[in-house]
Amino acid sequence: MSQAPSVLVLSGGISHERDISLRSGRLVADDLEAHGVTVTLADPDATLVDRLRSERPDVVWPVLHGASGEDGALRSLLEMMGIRYVGSPSAATRLAWDKPSAKTLVERAGVHTPESISLSRDAFRELGAESVLGVVSDTLGFPVVVKPARGGSAQGVSWVSSTEELRRAMVHAFTYSDDALIERQIIGTEICVGIIDTGDGPIALPSVEIEPVSGHYTFEARYTAGETRFFSPARRDEAELSHAASQALLVHTTLGLRDLSRIDFIVDKTGTAWFLEASVMPGLTETSTVALALDQAGYDVGGVYRALAEQAYRRGV
Amino acid sequence: MGETNTQGIILDPWFDHYAERSSGLSASEVRSLFAVANRPEVVSLAGGMPYVRAISSDQIKNTMARVIDNSGPEALQYGPGQGHPLLREHITRIMALEGIAARPDDVVVTTGSQHGLDLVARLFINPGDIVLAESPSYVGALGVFRSYQADVRHVPMDEEGIIPSALTDTIEAAQSEGRSIKMIYLIPNFQNPAGVTLSAARRLEIIDIAESAGILIVEDNPYGLLWFDQPAPPAMRAAGDKGIIYLGSFSKTLAPGLRVGWVVAPHGIREKLILANEAAVLSPSSFSQLVVADYLSHNDWQSQITEFRELYRERRDAMVTALAHELPGIHHTTPGGGFFLWLTLPDGLNSKEMLPRAVTELVAYTPGTAFFADSRGTQHMRLAFCYPTPERIAEGVSRLAKVIREEVELINTFGPTSTSTDRTEHVASPPPNLA
Repeated sequence: MSQAPSVLVLSGGISHERDISLRSGRLVADDLEAHGVTVTLADPDATLVDRLRSERPDVVWPVLHGASGEDGALRSLLEMMGIRYVGSPSAATRLAWDKPSAKTLVERAGVHTPESISLSRDAFRELGAESVLGVVSDTLGFPVVVKPARGGSAQGVSWVSSTEELRRAMVHAFTYSDDALIERQIIGTEICVGIIDTGDGPIALPSVEIEPVSGHYTFEARYTAGETRFFSPARRDEAELSHAASQALLVHTTLGLRDLSRIDFIVDKTGTAWFLEASVMPGLTETSTVALALDQAGYDVGGVYRALAEQAYRRGV
Repeated sequence: MGETNTQGIILDPWFDHYAERSSGLSASEVRSLFAVANRPEVVSLAGGMPYVRAISSDQIKNTMARVIDNSGPEALQYGPGQGHPLLREHITRIMALEGIAARPDDVVVTTGSQHGLDLVARLFINPGDIVLAESPSYVGALGVFRSYQADVRHVPMDEEGIIPSALTDTIEAAQSEGRSIKMIYLIPNFQNPAGVTLSAARRLEIIDIAESAGILIVEDNPYGLLWFDQPAPPAMRAAGDKGIIYLGSFSKTLAPGLRVGWVVAPHGIREKLILANEAAVLSPSSFSQLVVADYLSHNDWQSQITEFRELYRERRDAMVTALAHELPGIHHTTPGGGFFLWLTLPDGLNSKEMLPRAVTELVAYTPGTAFFADSRGTQHMRLAFCYPTPERIAEGVSRLAKVIREEVELINTFGPTSTSTDRTEHVASPPPNLA
């Protein structure tokens, strides 16, 4: 085994998803170490920039969810400092992080995505909640899904089937973000497609079908082992899965993503894959679908992580 | 991770094997937010951590060295299931400060008083039995009662603590259902979370009501010595045995890391507690017990408690002053001791749903829902003043006020929303190690 670059894994941060990031980061660090990589694990704080300047790690892996980890800010800084890192570039990260922007771009590329509207808190304040929600419910109908325009792990997400629930869902979403996305709920099979690229171009991993015991893939269902059943590959016919995989690759390239991503879809009864969101830093905890898909595809997870770190090192900034 | 089959991949293959009492022990969106609370940028008014930095580390080092030098083999060995006799003697002297006359043989040492409560619940509660508790009540106790599948009924309280007439009404209502009421759980002094103290007169009334109804009282008293303005009334147990189980703790007066608490119970119960203690842990930590006993023997521990009182009083004052300045007109209790106050939000606000915004603004609190066995508490929050400095408390309250103002604006935009009935609310409180 050749000498691997040293990796500084960043996890934690002060986002709402800190807890998930800490768990993902610890697992990534363990898997890298098991594959001969020298790893330092750090929680980004006010000392990080000075530390990066003085230590100049070979590669940084920002296993950060939410806020500066996924909004592109930290990656911009790494690019400015000339430090190599694993993951999508800052501009792509920024696009994927903002769900309405990502939906617009992938729709232009020919990918189906549920009809939706993105509304700011200020818009409701200025135009009045009753009238705005009236237009929304008349146009989109029910059921809809309300989610913060930025953020992950299903935090702030509500599944809504009435106007009264919609008001409450808006308040819930606005506690996480100043913009909310109201999206027509597509009934079908929820699947995740992981994408990896260790140097030979992006590859779609086997799809993972999600079947939460409670019916919705909530925060609890995501992070409580046993509260969700996974099927990999998803229980759809081969042509539908092949279509979903190609759509996932199209989303990955359209948004300019790199190294590793996870693209979420609902596959409806006609076999159409509806894009929901893309994650530039998918969760890598024990209950995460990307880790599960790598395992199902026969990959050595730690080996893939090492290959991603080596690739980031070779690529430079 | 396993093969896909018709059942799919279950990441926890034992998921269908868990006991019913574990239902609801799931990941929680609210609880995950508390992970942010231990970042230095965040002012945490959430956790109830004692300010152990106030204790001299030299005293603790010397204590531990003496324990090893003088009693090393004993400290590293199993001990009696009832606890070390020397420590039990000390405990009787501490309880005497609150009017309790007890003999060392009456005391059972436990791994923190939380463990004592668990043992009491284990001895008495069958699934479906009713436990009466204050409204609101300590989240850790609710967790214990839930784990034994108790049906917790909350009894209203006011600024003088639990209301006797309401207790009578609740007992009668439960009895009319033909249900078994096993105990009344109370924190009479500087209650967690409400910060109120049960008045002396009411203590006697409550004892009479419980005695007449044949219901045990579990008196949990971790904060009794930490009074600010005047000592708390004598402990309920000071009135005598009268079916009162008393829980004491060194977690607030010395250090929670030692995990030493105790139970005093009527004779028959005590004998069972010893057996239950042995079944659960064989014996409480000999090392920790000897450390506490040595500390009490060689240090002026009452002065240390006085120092804690002054420190926490200053922090209580800082919080009350900051609330008056930042949130004039908002209702909150003003505790005469302990660690917490209870704040009532303006109409329509939901403390649980507001928490993500608070975390964004770098302040944390515990939503009121954590302190109810049902879905109440949304309009309340518990604020802890025990850990942050007065300056940080002022900053935290300022941030909290901004969050509340923004939330009021949001509610004004959308109107009040219905309350949540999240099934994981009982665990949606900060873990004990979070400041």
